[in-house]
Amino acid sequence: MTAPAIAVGGLRHSYGDLDVLEGVDLEVAPGTIHALLGSNGAGKTTLIRILSTLLKADAGEARVAGHDVASAPAEVRAAISLTGQHSAVDDVLSGRENLVLIARLRRVPDPGAVADALLARFGLTEAGARRASTYSGGMRRRLDIAMSLIGDPRVIFLDEPTTGLDPEARREVWAAVRALADGGTTVLLTTQTLDEAEHLADRIAILHEGRIIVDGTLAELKALIPAPTVEYVEKQPSLEEVFLAVVGAKEMP
Amino acid sequence: MTAIADTAILTGRSLRHITRSPDTIITTALMPIAFLLLFVYVLGGAIDAGADRYATYLLPGILVITIASSVSYTAFRLFVDLQGGIFERFHSMPVARPAVLWAHVLTSLVATLVSLGVVVLAALAMGFRSSAGLGAWLATAGILAFLTLALTWLAILPGLTATTVEGASAFAYPLILLPFVSSAFVPTETMPGPVRWFAENQPVTAVVDSVRALLAGEPVGADLAVALAWIAGILVVAYALAKAAYRRRIG
Ligand SMILES: Nc1ncnc2c1ncn2[C@@H]1O[C@H](COP(=O)(O)OP(=O)(O)OP(=O)(O)O)[C@@H](O)[C@H]1O
Ligand SMILES: [Mg+2]
Repeated sequence: MTAPAIAVGGLRHSYGDLDVLEGVDLEVAPGTIHALLGSNGAGKTTLIRILSTLLKADAGEARVAGHDVASAPAEVRAAISLTGQHSAVDDVLSGRENLVLIARLRRVPDPGAVADALLARFGLTEAGARRASTYSGGMRRRLDIAMSLIGDPRVIFLDEPTTGLDPEARREVWAAVRALADGGTTVLLTTQTLDEAEHLADRIAILHEGRIIVDGTLAELKALIPAPTVEYVEKQPSLEEVFLAVVGAKEMP
Repeated sequence: MTAIADTAILTGRSLRHITRSPDTIITTALMPIAFLLLFVYVLGGAIDAGADRYATYLLPGILVITIASSVSYTAFRLFVDLQGGIFERFHSMPVARPAVLWAHVLTSLVATLVSLGVVVLAALAMGFRSSAGLGAWLATAGILAFLTLALTWLAILPGLTATTVEGASAFAYPLILLPFVSSAFVPTETMPGPVRWFAENQPVTAVVDSVRALLAGEPVGADLAVALAWIAGILVVAYALAKAAYRRRIG
C-alpha cells in the first residue's frame, strides 16, 4: 500500500478549557475521497484548520502529502488547497479577478485562461465580470470552490462544500470532486448531508466527542447497525441520530 | 524573491480596493482640508499674519493630520480584510506570510501620498506658497513618506487586534489631535508652562518645524535629526509590536 496522503495520529486540540479533539486518528489514502461526519461543534472545522496549517495542534502528529504540518508548514501549503466553511472570496474584486489573483499567487501559467475555464466549468461565465459582493450564496460558494482548484493541489480540504447550493450546483460540485479524485487528488471533505457522503465518499469517518469512532466504507458502516454495537450506539443519542440517518438516507428527500 | 512577487501581487489587489472606492482617499483629504479652511478663513482673521502666510504656516501640521487620518483607513482596511475569509485562504496557500501585511503597508503609503498631494493642491488654492527648490520638496516628501511608514505600522496593530470596526480606526484620534498641542497651528511660546514643555518635546513639533523650514527654503536645524529619530523610534517599536500581534493572531 502507498503512503497515506493524510495521516493523523493522537491529535489533540482544546480552546481554553474546551477539549475539542481528544486523540484523533485518521488515514486517508491518495486519490480517494474521505468524508468526515460529525454533529455541530464536533470539531470537524478544527481538524481541517490544523491540517491546513491555520491552527496548531496541542499534541499528536499530522502529516499531509508526506510533510508534518507543525515542522514543515510551507511544504504542506504547497501541496494543499482549502475551501473553508465560510467563504474566502474577495468581495471587492470580480469573480474572474478573484480567480486570476489566486492563479498568479500560485504562479500558474496563463492565469486569465485558467480563470475563464473555471468560470465556464462552474456556470459563472456571465457573472464573471461582476463584483463578488453581488453574487448569491450559491454563486459565491461555487467561486470559492473554483478558487481552490487552481494549481492542481495534491490534497484538497473541503469544509461543507455544498452547504447552501441548489441540487444542480451540488451535482456540479460532486462531479468536480469526483473528477479530482479520478485525477489522483486526495479529498477530505466534511458534510452535514449524509447522502453527499454516501454518493461521493470512498470512505466515511465519524468524529464524535473528540475521536474518530467509526471509519470505513459505506457498506462497512451499514454493517455496523445490526452488529452488537447497537447497544453502545443507543447510549449515544447524537451518534444514534447519525447512524440512523446514514441508514435511512435513501428515504430523505 | 517569491516574497517580493507575492507582495507585488497582493499590493495590486489592495490598491484595486482603493481605486474601486476612491471615497476613502477623498474622505481622508476632506478633514485636513476642512481644518485648513477653518483656520485660514475663520480663525485666521484673528491672526494678523494674513491668509496667505497663515496657510503657508499651517500646511506642515495639516499634512501630519492627513497622514494620521489616512493610516486610520489602513487599520480599517486590514480589519475588514481579516473579517472575511480571504486572509485564511492566503495563509493556507504557499504565499510568503510577510507579504500579506506588507501589501497593506505599501497600499497605505500610496494612498497617503495621493491624499497628501490633494491637500497640498487645496492649500495652494488657499494661498499657500513655497520658495523651496526641488531638493527641499524631495526631502519633504521623504520625511512625510517615512512618517507614513512608521504610522502605518502603528495602524497595523489596531487593525490586527481590534474587535470592532470602530476600535480599529479610533486609535487615530489621538494622532489627529497631537498636532494641536504642537507648533503646528500656533507658536509654542504662546502656551502655558507644562503644555509648552510637552509641545516642544513631542514628535509632531520636530516634524512640523523641519517641514516648515524646508518649504520656506530655510536651512533645517537640529529639528530634522530629532524628527528622524522620533520617526525611526516609532517605526521600530510599532513594527515589533505589529509582528508580535500578527504571530499571535495567525497562531
Ligand atoms: N476560535 C475558537 N475559540 C473558542 N472555541 C472555538 C473556536 N473555534 C471553535 N470553537 C469551539 O470548538 C468546538 C468545535 O468547533 P468546530 O468549528 O471545529 O466544529 P464543527 O464540527 O466544524 O461544527 P459545525 O458542524 O457546526 O461546523 C465548538 O464547540 C466551537 O464552539
Ligand atoms: Mg465546521
